[in-house]
Amino acid sequence: MRLNHLSRGALLTASVVFALVGCSSVNLDEQPAAPIVDSSATTDTKTGPDPRAVASVDAQAGRTLDPLNDPNNPLSKRSIFFDFDSFVVKSEYQPIVQTHGSYLGTNKQRRVTIEGHTDERGGREYNLALGQKRAEAVKQRLLLLGVVDSQVETVSFGEEKPRGTGSSEDAWAQNRRADLNYR
Amino acid sequence: MRSIPTAARGNDATLGATVIRPRGDALTRDNPDQLRDVQRVALSILNSMSKLISRPIVKPVLMRRVLCAMPAALVLGLVPSASVAQLQVQITGVGSQQFPISIASFARDGQAPPAEIDSIIRADLARSGLFRIVDAGTQPLAENASVNFGEWKGRGADALVVGSVARLADGRFDVRYRLHDTVKQTQLDGLSYVSTAADLRLTAHRIADRIYEKITGERGVFATRIAYVVQTSPKSWELHIADADGFNSQAALRSREPIISPAWAPDGTRLAYVSFESGKPVVYVHSVTTGERRAVANFRGSNSAPAWSPDGRSLAVTLTREGNSQVFLMNADGSNVRRLTTSSGIDTEPAFSTDGGSIYFTSDRGGGPQIYRMPVSGGAAQRVTFNGDYNISARVSPDGKQLAYIGRRGGRLQVYVLDLASGQEVAVTDTTSDESPSFAPNGRLLLYATEVKGRGILASASTDGRVRTRLSGPSGDIRESTWGPFIK
Repeated sequence: MRLNHLSRGALLTASVVFALVGCSSVNLDEQPAAPIVDSSATTDTKTGPDPRAVASVDAQAGRTLDPLNDPNNPLSKRSIFFDFDSFVVKSEYQPIVQTHGSYLGTNKQRRVTIEGHTDERGGREYNLALGQKRAEAVKQRLLLLGVVDSQVETVSFGEEKPRGTGSSEDAWAQNRRADLNYR
Repeated sequence: MRSIPTAARGNDATLGATVIRPRGDALTRDNPDQLRDVQRVALSILNSMSKLISRPIVKPVLMRRVLCAMPAALVLGLVPSASVAQLQVQITGVGSQQFPISIASFARDGQAPPAEIDSIIRADLARSGLFRIVDAGTQPLAENASVNFGEWKGRGADALVVGSVARLADGRFDVRYRLHDTVKQTQLDGLSYVSTAADLRLTAHRIADRIYEKITGERGVFATRIAYVVQTSPKSWELHIADADGFNSQAALRSREPIISPAWAPDGTRLAYVSFESGKPVVYVHSVTTGERRAVANFRGSNSAPAWSPDGRSLAVTLTREGNSQVFLMNADGSNVRRLTTSSGIDTEPAFSTDGGSIYFTSDRGGGPQIYRMPVSGGAAQRVTFNGDYNISARVSPDGKQLAYIGRRGGRLQVYVLDLASGQEVAVTDTTSDESPSFAPNGRLLLYATEVKGRGILASASTDGRVRTRLSGPSGDIRESTWGPFIK
């Protein structure tokens, strides 16, 4: 903590006053009358801040919630799911693509990685390529919406990072997807 | 002390191997007529095993010996000898003609060596599919024991292996072996090796390679190595290197992110692979002995499917830096990148032809994934696979005449072998979730990963599919297997 000259003096004065107040239990009747010290002359209250003031800060004040982290914002939906062996972005996911396209279009500083995934069926390298195709399909939709190529990187994890575990159709459906991952 | 004349042999000199001269007979290598006779029998076995793919090795000859046909339902289970049971050999297929050989227990002085040489040799030869192991009983037969050839012939063994293991004063082991022809009553081979305890398994594999070569005339692959990936937990992947029988497995790389597609450099000292450790697929080249590694393909997008050219100077890789997955060529250090394939869809999983002049790859340009071939110098691609609507992960046989790949037929993913000249295709396995087939460097066996009860395991099969062996490695989910080259 750093104190300026003025407030250091004020503090010193205040502590003197405090020390005197601390002696107040002495019975004045048994003591010679002590001189009354006028401290106002050495306490500069006109130009310095109140040393006892407490400024209250709200950690969230002045900051708006990042729309990407707002669960009520449509941007929080960042997965697009695909049919088996398909890389076609189904119409039901077009609103999600649209939302991110508008956001990236108006926030040119934002960068996103689209990560393609597949279910476990089939070869690992072919699935990697299929996941890439899914990521690329989403990217092409974003570019049509005015997103700049340099804002988007497409990568694939193939079948290596399943969201749903097991070998059920439910798990597979969760794993055939493209995730938008903002950086 | 036994007195065995020694003569250093070039290619075994590094292991301290010494040729043991036969007692009374001329040195095997100096007696080509005798060798030819044995080899003729064995080659006709090889020939018959290759029948499915019409690949005659020698003209059929009238055989002096009657080969024993295998009992129809033979299942040979060899119990692992080591306390850490990493391997189970289970021959589930049946070869119709196999060379009958007996491997006696090796004699040993006092304390048991840390590896059962004779068990390892038996397992190796059985796994090759070319040999039928004739029971030799439990009585050890020392390398210098006198052999009653008639008795062994009577048991049905056309060849007999005997040997000894002795601990030397410095803690190493002296391993001696002899291979006898029980029909001609001659010695076919004799060698002594000085081996550290840690190398005893390797010494056993080298002896098995000698036997294999003496009998078949082809080089054995038992002393080669394999690599594979094992997922040990949901957040843990390891790239392993092991002996060809799955033992001596060691982790070359551990990661909390996936590892796929390991590929051996032709010199057997480096592996290329794909690691996701940086949050996306990047191709690395990793020196096995030093652990030194570097990213050779780390472009925008995904980098995957590395394949070495036969001369080890180039890599073919799949990059997405220009959109979808396409095959690119680069120098092995990552320089001089140029695009090879040009399609609007998926081109991936490149594999060099044996002569290095062509690239086989997987493409969905015709709809579903199929194998195509095109010149390394560029040009038009030709479709190679026509059966079924899903054929991926091609590997070329060392002689360049066959293609192994995964085909999906009726929902089953199986290893297929295609004879490139005739177009004939054979299903090699009877499992349903096979992946990543690769040829042994002598072209006689395939290594692949498959699934049993939801867990990935290793398996090998003869290229005609008649003999299959299930290997099991360390605990965990095994995948992405690949057979390494001959080690010079």
